[in-house]
Amino acid sequence: MVVRIRETDEALNQLFRALADGTRRDILARSLTETPSVSALAARYEMSFAAVQKHVAVLERAGLIQKRASGREQRVSTNRARLQRAGELLDYFESVWRQRMAQLDDVLGSKGR
Amino acid sequence: MPLTSVTKDARTLTFTAVGDYPVPQQRLWDAFADPRQLERFWGPPFAPATFTRHDFTVGGRAEYFLTLPEGKTWSGSWKFTAVNPISSFAAQDGEDNAEDENMPASMTFTFETTPTGSRLTIVTRFSSLEAMEQTAPGMEQGARAAMPQLDALLAESGVSAATAWDGIDASAERR
Repeated sequence: MVVRIRETDEALNQLFRALADGTRRDILARSLTETPSVSALAARYEMSFAAVQKHVAVLERAGLIQKRASGREQRVSTNRARLQRAGELLDYFESVWRQRMAQLDDVLGSKGR
Repeated sequence: MPLTSVTKDARTLTFTAVGDYPVPQQRLWDAFADPRQLERFWGPPFAPATFTRHDFTVGGRAEYFLTLPEGKTWSGSWKFTAVNPISSFAAQDGEDNAEDENMPASMTFTFETTPTGSRLTIVTRFSSLEAMEQTAPGMEQGARAAMPQLDALLAESGVSAATAWDGIDASAERR
């Protein structure tokens, strides 16, 4: 349920800005099931290591992923709680549409079927 | 229940809902084409909608406001980007006087005839979180209202956010 969504607007904005980019969503998706290193991620995209690092930093600032040192590498994993938050917002829209569809049913019914 | 499936994708900020109705496709379409009918179901029960404009043509706009419980109003507007009677329409969704091209959400409504009547499929794609906030007036009131709970219907739709959580759980267990 949508209970704790009122943290600061800025935090929410950061979260969704982070999710608005295709490369970042891809990085996030890969980090769900594995813990890739930043250099392994960089090898996957046609952009510089620095650019990939920047995407990782945006995701990290939004709290969607975390980096951990593993030997000489930085490994990336998702932050489950934050991703769940995004899901909670979508849950809100579901409740809106559930209600709206039911109301539409009433409107159609009262006009005679 | 009219709403028969919901799909939510937290990564693409996309929301899809499908509703089935025991009326002809034309009747379902008319409910959206006629602002007097539209305003009877668009707003949540705690915030009824009033449409002050409904120029249902490509490039046309719809303008409306919701009356919130405290008596405040919340204005919204749509800019129609496609209108194909009686099969589909699309609109950018934004706040009042949003003339800019950066409206926070795009909505597509598709109407079909089914063996039992007609089906409405809506797809909303949000451009950002600001977008979600702008298109979510009274979110807190909405959460408090006794909304019907997500139930077996969501489980049936399968490809919802639940799938993603399963993936996360699996990776958490491996650590």
